[in-house]
Amino acid sequence: MGNFVANEGLSIFVILVWLGINAYLFVQFYMNFLVERWFYTRVLLGHALSWARAPAACLNFNCMLILLPVCRNLLSFLRGSIQCCSRTAARQLDRNLTFHKLVAYMIAFHTAVHIIAHLFNFEYFMDAQLNRNHSHLPFILSEIGNDENVSFLNPIRSNETSPTIVMFTTIAGLTGVVITLALILIITSSMEVIRRSYFEVFWYTHHLFVIFFIGLVFHGFGRIVRGQTSRSLDSNDPDVCADRFEDWGKNESGCAVPAFAGNPPMTWKWVVGPMFLYVCERLVRIYRSHQKVVITKVVMHPSKTLELQMKKKGFHMEVGQYVFIQCPSISRLEWHPFTLTSAPEEDYFSVHVRIVGDWTQALYEACGGNKSELQEAWKLPKVAIDGPFGTASEDVFRYEVVMLVGAGIGVTPFASILKSVWYKHIQNNEGVFTKKIYFYWLCPETEAFEWFADLLQSLERQMAEKDMADFLSYNIYLTRWKEKEAAHLRVHHEDENDPITGLKQKTLYGKPNWDNEFTNIASTHPGSKVGVFLCGPPMLGKSLEKESISHTEAGVKFIFNKENF
Amino acid sequence: MGRIEWAMWANEQALAAGLILLAGGIVGVAGQFRGWEFASYAIAAGVFVCLLEYPRSKRAKGTSVERTGQYCFTVCVKAFGPVTRNYYVRAFLHAALCVPGGFMLATVLGCVCLGIASLIYLAAAVRGEHWEPILPRKDTRKPVAESIKSPPQNPPPRPPPEIRRKQAKDVEGAAYDNPMSVTDDE
Repeated sequence: MGNFVANEGLSIFVILVWLGINAYLFVQFYMNFLVERWFYTRVLLGHALSWARAPAACLNFNCMLILLPVCRNLLSFLRGSIQCCSRTAARQLDRNLTFHKLVAYMIAFHTAVHIIAHLFNFEYFMDAQLNRNHSHLPFILSEIGNDENVSFLNPIRSNETSPTIVMFTTIAGLTGVVITLALILIITSSMEVIRRSYFEVFWYTHHLFVIFFIGLVFHGFGRIVRGQTSRSLDSNDPDVCADRFEDWGKNESGCAVPAFAGNPPMTWKWVVGPMFLYVCERLVRIYRSHQKVVITKVVMHPSKTLELQMKKKGFHMEVGQYVFIQCPSISRLEWHPFTLTSAPEEDYFSVHVRIVGDWTQALYEACGGNKSELQEAWKLPKVAIDGPFGTASEDVFRYEVVMLVGAGIGVTPFASILKSVWYKHIQNNEGVFTKKIYFYWLCPETEAFEWFADLLQSLERQMAEKDMADFLSYNIYLTRWKEKEAAHLRVHHEDENDPITGLKQKTLYGKPNWDNEFTNIASTHPGSKVGVFLCGPPMLGKSLEKESISHTEAGVKFIFNKENF
Repeated sequence: MGRIEWAMWANEQALAAGLILLAGGIVGVAGQFRGWEFASYAIAAGVFVCLLEYPRSKRAKGTSVERTGQYCFTVCVKAFGPVTRNYYVRAFLHAALCVPGGFMLATVLGCVCLGIASLIYLAAAVRGEHWEPILPRKDTRKPVAESIKSPPQNPPPRPPPEIRRKQAKDVEGAAYDNPMSVTDDE
């Protein structure tokens, strides 16, 4: 069958390790609260104490982890360092957003368990205060701390209050409510529907995580969970003294009144590192954004595509990377990601922006899109750039045979790769490891071809001149067409150049038969590692991943890489 | 943020709030907490809110994504006409529903979440949004044109003589696969 392990093995291993650590922490901290020190607390709360503390430990762990996958610059740096050792490990870093979401789900789950356990805890604490019976141990325990300066066990100090009031008047309760609300708002605004359609709502609401982390750090400062102090354990051994609670403090009983203290807050120890790293990450982004960027050329393409060519001092990129662009005149807070479409060998860098939303429309107008005359250079808007950040496309040249699949606008990272290929073979300085590229472009409409067709035409010409026509094999698939165009195509079917793109390679219609394609490539290149790169919709990704896994056999290995934002 | 339809987010928030209210209510009743009557109310309110909020509205702009199996809920919610269509009604309804949840610790969280959802619905209503059911599109097949009744009797017309002469020079380019066999061996 296929080699599932080559494609997915490391991911599964990472997930299993993470789940294992969660399980270990849960069980370990559950057991920690079953010891002698917590005996009297358990008299009041039973096992609900452990059920609250165990997810708390897991929450500490997961809140530590959640900031790490979104430190883009750190990940880029790590990716660069690991790449020389292991390509597989570097590919794991592409799945950072998936991991971020998994950790978020785990945080939500543990929060739920933690809250439910504490609901029981508050109820039991209140019960102990309400059942005012002096021959009832929980009541005696609750009374501790009223008269003497011995510190209390039961945080509910009187019977004339209610759990709700207590919650809003303790640090732990108040911070708990605030951070849970923040978490719920973050989660509801991160649903796929909201994220894909109303990115700004998602992005701004997500910044509630600042409140979340501040609240989280202060959540334990009230030291509301109290156990017996070790000094007190010497003078009041629960095994012996628990039944003699009516005689505590009396000289002949040998049992002093127990004293309690809360655990010092632990959460800050877990999260201070990642918080610091994240602060550094944001500072790096701010610093980079203040570097001056100049727009040298603006090109309006058909099918609502805007090309911006820019220059920035010290900017260095690799193929297929992306940058975040901010335009202060449109919005000071929004940064949007775009793939770089220029090659590293060029002296400028460019992006092709599809005009689909508020921000892109405003960018179009700011660059003079809706004016008929040319825009003066000094009228162009100021922009800031963060990046470039690396994705899987950097790996293209490490494979001998490469399959590039781009759907619609998803072809943009491959524009960069193809241009770079052209430059490398022109310069012929380095021996290029990649021997063959299979390029597939799936497009629903013909207009989208225009700007990319120019690139392919010039490549075609150059390759013919250098007698390298075999190097690049490209297939363009038109997945939808209109009646009128179909008639035109039928008439011109026998022309030498394709009627749509003007290229020698004919445009194909419908969707490619991936099974055939993979089988052909496997038989043409036995014994090699074929890199499969996709930038497109998830459905296509799933089918390509399946095909990669199923066509990987002895000899030929298909390694699937997905670009994601 | 010009194109945001607040109702989409309000819907997610209200659905989450309904679930949280339901969960809090179940805990309150199962644990026999003090004030469990409020918890049983919360169960009922939570279920009601979930049923009301499950069917997503059709978006004014863009493609709407249905939740799984929401069609029957859509039909029920649509049956109430203007009451469920109007977001002012929903905002006040949620505000009213959430109040009893505030009296018991287990349901306080659901209460606050529903209150927030109510505020977002108010924002949606102020902006003139309203609930539209997502109904399956009836595919009307274009009637086949009158002329297409029977297959053609004659072979297709050949290109004019000049083109045919050009093709004779370029034999390779002129070659094509005849769909029907032209040899008389069979």
